Amino acid sequence: MTIKDLLHETSTALLGNKVRSGLTILGIIIGIGSVITMLGVGQGATNSIQASIQSIGSNLLLVTPGAQRTPGSTVSGGFGSSLTLKKTDADAIAAQVSTAQAVAPDITTRQQVTASGTNTNTSVIGTVPSYLNVRNLAVGEGSFFDDIQAQSLARVAVLGPTTRDNLFGVNGDSIGKTIRIKGVLFTVIGVTAPKGGSGFNNTDDRVYIPISVAGQYLVGDNHVSTISIQVDNTSDIQATQNQVTALLLQLHNISDPTAADFTILNQADILATASSVTTTLTYLLASIAGISLLVGGIGIMNMMLTTVTERTREIGLRKAIGAKKKDIRLQFLVESVMLTFVGGLLGVLLGIGLAYAISFTGLVQAQISIFSIVLSFGVSAAIGIIFGYYPAARASNLNPIQALRYE
Amino acid sequence: MIECNNIKKVYINGEMKTEALKGISFTIKDGEFVAIMGPSGSGKSTLMHILGALDTPTHGTYFLDDEDVSKLSDDELADIRGRKIGFVFQSFNLLSRSTVMRNVILPLVYKGTSPEDREKQASEALISVGLEKSRWQHLSNQLSGGQVQRVAIARALVNNPTLIMADEPTGNLDSKTGEIVLGTFQHLHEKEGRTIVLITHELDVAEHADRIIHIKDGEILSDKKNLHKRHADYVHPTTL
Ligand SMILES: Nc1ncnc2c1ncn2[C@@H]1O[C@H](COP(=O)(O)OP(=O)(O)O)[C@@H](O)[C@H]1O
Ligand SMILES: [Mg+2]
Repeated sequence: MTIKDLLHETSTALLGNKVRSGLTILGIIIGIGSVITMLGVGQGATNSIQASIQSIGSNLLLVTPGAQRTPGSTVSGGFGSSLTLKKTDADAIAAQVSTAQAVAPDITTRQQVTASGTNTNTSVIGTVPSYLNVRNLAVGEGSFFDDIQAQSLARVAVLGPTTRDNLFGVNGDSIGKTIRIKGVLFTVIGVTAPKGGSGFNNTDDRVYIPISVAGQYLVGDNHVSTISIQVDNTSDIQATQNQVTALLLQLHNISDPTAADFTILNQADILATASSVTTTLTYLLASIAGISLLVGGIGIMNMMLTTVTERTREIGLRKAIGAKKKDIRLQFLVESVMLTFVGGLLGVLLGIGLAYAISFTGLVQAQISIFSIVLSFGVSAAIGIIFGYYPAARASNLNPIQALRYE
Repeated sequence: MIECNNIKKVYINGEMKTEALKGISFTIKDGEFVAIMGPSGSGKSTLMHILGALDTPTHGTYFLDDEDVSKLSDDELADIRGRKIGFVFQSFNLLSRSTVMRNVILPLVYKGTSPEDREKQASEALISVGLEKSRWQHLSNQLSGGQVQRVAIARALVNNPTLIMADEPTGNLDSKTGEIVLGTFQHLHEKEGRTIVLITHELDVAEHADRIIHIKDGEILSDKKNLHKRHADYVHPTTL
């Protein structure tokens, strides 16, 4: 029996019962399709989270007030819950840690911001000019405030493009206009360049004001929310983190490092944590989709067992005219593999289509990897072999006399 | 050349033992046309399964072309069937979704004949049974009963077997179509010298053969030359 003969016999049998073959294939199509889609969406989400973490800035260390939190509560803590960092801490770091290329403290609060007749609720960041460099920001229009303004209670503000749109209309003219934050008037002197990002992490929806003003008028003291440190070199990150820790412990008069009243996060850690979360999530989604693939495989087995029973006389006839056990086994095995292969092929197309459709909605940019396609094909072929083996073995072991007697 | 010596077959179903054959001996020489006749339940099909290498006897020996077939494994039996036996059954004889040509080719596929030779041998077999060329590419479920049996006969002789075995080949046919099938066997026997074993429970069908072995309750009642040979009322087309 040549391969061509095998394919001929197989396709004749499968096309002989198109509806049943089609429905059986559908199970595999849905299974493979959802695995591909889930892997694609998961990869897309991972990419977008990584990109947004990297867009914060490179070689970044973030010092936040409050004790080291357990991993589970990192998200819920929020700023301002502890008041242990001061602007003088930032100045000390800038002065004494040589690998800290730029240091930018900020006082960040959520405020209602009004212009003439419009208002918006947004993050107001009181900071210094080096914040621009540390956080990879650029000025699109006008200018950022300078160091003198930052120290001298100058009531000037720089808007993020989204905030500008909200207050002055899309691409509206804002330079020189006045806005009001907590009853204090500010003159708009610049707009930052758009950076993208979305939802809670939209870096375009911000108002930047001098740190001195934020301390005096908005919060009433000089506790800072975050100190952002840009390290000059990736290889110095760990050393810098150690130096900053030692310095702050000394400044805060704490001898036991485990009792530190501040936390230092480095970007690599954040990236690794986020990646491991999204990867876990991706595989979780894919395994749920995998269950439907398993159900599809059982469907194949069910159909093949029915087929073997229905075609008992055919099997007897084939054996009578000289088919050996392996000829029969191979034929039924190839039938199930062909079902899963065609199902896998259509499933991959469906998965890619769905991933595109999801990307089109703009929620997440799904990314289909060659790996997931190869994996799906391998899995569907394996399902054909695993779930087709038992029915095929049953067919090949039929006694030809019993088979011919069977009505 | 077929040689059976004291063949016995016992079926055991739990406590129940059925002795379907109780010691059968005979020889059939190449080129003979033999009918095995007996009432229902007499053991005809059991005997055919053993002669056709579908089953092995419980007791006794069976030589086919001087090869002992009585103690072979399943796959060895399949090999013997593929090379030396051609079957025609009473019903469900063809793969209904395959063409006539493919049905006739199938034994050659399992035998491993090269694709180039298959078509040629199958065409010769189809010409031998007198099936019009226009039907060769039809699906077999588009054929009449007589045509189905002639395709089955063509498939039985395509691998040039030692023996063609037919179990009640006219059982499902009306008498006129039955004559066509019997006429085809007679033609193959007289013009091509094929060895044919025809199994039937009807005397007038058996009388188309040259020799009749009469069995009852698993034993041979008589084994003699047919003195009242009938000739099928059917002129076989020698050329198409
Ligand atoms: N597989 C089997 N199991 C048990 N008994 C069987 C089996 N096959 C046939 N028999 C019995 O053997 C006897 C001969 O059967 P069979 O060869 O089919 O006769 P025939 O073909 O002449 O009608 C019958 O009594 C039948 O019931
Ligand atoms: Mg019978």
